[in-house]
Amino acid sequence: MKITKTDIKNRIKLPKVKKHAIKLSENVIQKTQKANRFFLAVGEFNLFFWLTTKATFSRHFEFKEFLRQCFLVGNKTLPLITITGLVIGLVLTIQSRPILAEFGATSLLPGMIALSIVREMGPVVTALICAGKIGSGMGAELGSMRVSEQIDAMEVSSINPIRFLVVPRVLAATFMIPILVLYADALGILGSWAGANIKGDVTFVLFFTQAFSALGFIDLLPAVVKTFFFGAAIGFIGCFKGYTAGRGTESVGKAANESVVLASLFVIVIDLIAVQITDML
Amino acid sequence: MENEINIAATTDAGAATVTPEKVIDIANLTIGFDNVPVLRDFSVQLFEKENLVILGKSGSGKSVLIKCIVRLLNPDSGTIHVLGENVNELNDRNLAELRKKIGFLFQSGALYDSMTIRENLEFPLRRIKKGLSRKQIDEKIIEALENVGLSDTLHKMPSELSGGMRKRASLARTIVVDPMIMLYDEPTTGLDPVTSDEISSLINEVQKKYNTSSIIITHDIECARATADRMIMLNEGEVYLEGTIGEFESSRDEMIQSFFKMKNVNSHSNE
Repeated sequence: MKITKTDIKNRIKLPKVKKHAIKLSENVIQKTQKANRFFLAVGEFNLFFWLTTKATFSRHFEFKEFLRQCFLVGNKTLPLITITGLVIGLVLTIQSRPILAEFGATSLLPGMIALSIVREMGPVVTALICAGKIGSGMGAELGSMRVSEQIDAMEVSSINPIRFLVVPRVLAATFMIPILVLYADALGILGSWAGANIKGDVTFVLFFTQAFSALGFIDLLPAVVKTFFFGAAIGFIGCFKGYTAGRGTESVGKAANESVVLASLFVIVIDLIAVQITDML
Repeated sequence: MENEINIAATTDAGAATVTPEKVIDIANLTIGFDNVPVLRDFSVQLFEKENLVILGKSGSGKSVLIKCIVRLLNPDSGTIHVLGENVNELNDRNLAELRKKIGFLFQSGALYDSMTIRENLEFPLRRIKKGLSRKQIDEKIIEALENVGLSDTLHKMPSELSGGMRKRASLARTIVVDPMIMLYDEPTTGLDPVTSDEISSLINEVQKKYNTSSIIITHDIECARATADRMIMLNEGEVYLEGTIGEFESSRDEMIQSFFKMKNVNSHSNE
């Protein structure tokens, strides 16, 4: 048989083609595995959400544990929220005052600060702080319980760990974060009054009267409602990451870290949705 | 202890033999992780009031086996019957009911570290034995702690206890709910020889007092000697040898011999 030039070329090219094909198939396998892991994670998240919702509305509610978690959530974050709330108000006032003064609109300062704190700054900053403090705490606590087999011990004792560990934490975060936000709002306005008095002289009553006269029910309601969602998201993500942590001690840190990142992301996304909905009203 | 194997217990009359009831019946169990098999076609039975010791090297699938029994892990194939119930076919409610009859002592003790020892015992007791009065709960907690020699630790936190005490407290938490079956996952691992002996004695005492049937996962030969009615050696997910401790010790199999020899060297060096 006569061998043509094309035959020789093909024979030389064949190993190259094979190499590419192998590389391509490896890439496809890797991508498929990544996709599989992603869909598994989504499935796990949905299952956890369903189990938590189911356990929340079950007959046996761990009220004592819920109260303990409420105390922990409030107690853990109160000093941080106090400082942050005061500083936000103070900084916002110090930054805004010169600009308003240029336009001779310093009298609008209390109202403007109150609106920005109540509508946006207070809820979002408080929620982000809580995502860091509470979310990571829950992730690390449940993660270490998973690693030290305490969650398994509950399961084999016929105790539903979701009912005892997850539901009280999620509900505590859901109900405590709005309270913390209101507290931060109040302190923010107080900080703003302090800021206004650095370069001016405004009485406490006058400042607060002007601040509250600028606020309407429509400003307060959506801002408070969205904080319930922030709280639920922070509690749920912290518990989910901790509950599904791996077996090694490394996974505790990973769970805590991922809780903060994911909870913060959720807070921002929920805020975006809330702003859009409020805008439509 | 090896002479008392309950495979077929003789009645008082001596004429007829009564086969003891199977408490756990595992048939053709296969389980693996990431396509690596851990247990392959594994079958075993646990009989009433029997102490079955499962020996094996680390990673031979011992802990996986008992986790499958309480369905903390789901097998790839095979069946597990516990007290006549097929564990893998139970719904959540029935599984919870079955788990109430099983006590599980974890390798780490797994005490709830945010609770005192008293709360650790009270927590499952209140939820499993519903309807007990405050006085009855107190009595049961004190009795369980006295049985493991820890009556003075009632208000201590787990972090205040030593490793051996934590294991005993964990054992108290397990027996306080009167289980029918006990599963011990490496009960003496990480403990000094004296404390290991105490734990082994406790395992025997628990069996006598609560009439439990037990599976003891260990690689501690001394613990196996002290507690086993029957032994199984696991190797690469399969039963390598089954018999009494005497049969194991007299075995000429190289792996069994090396296992025992190494353990003897370890126990001598510990002494």
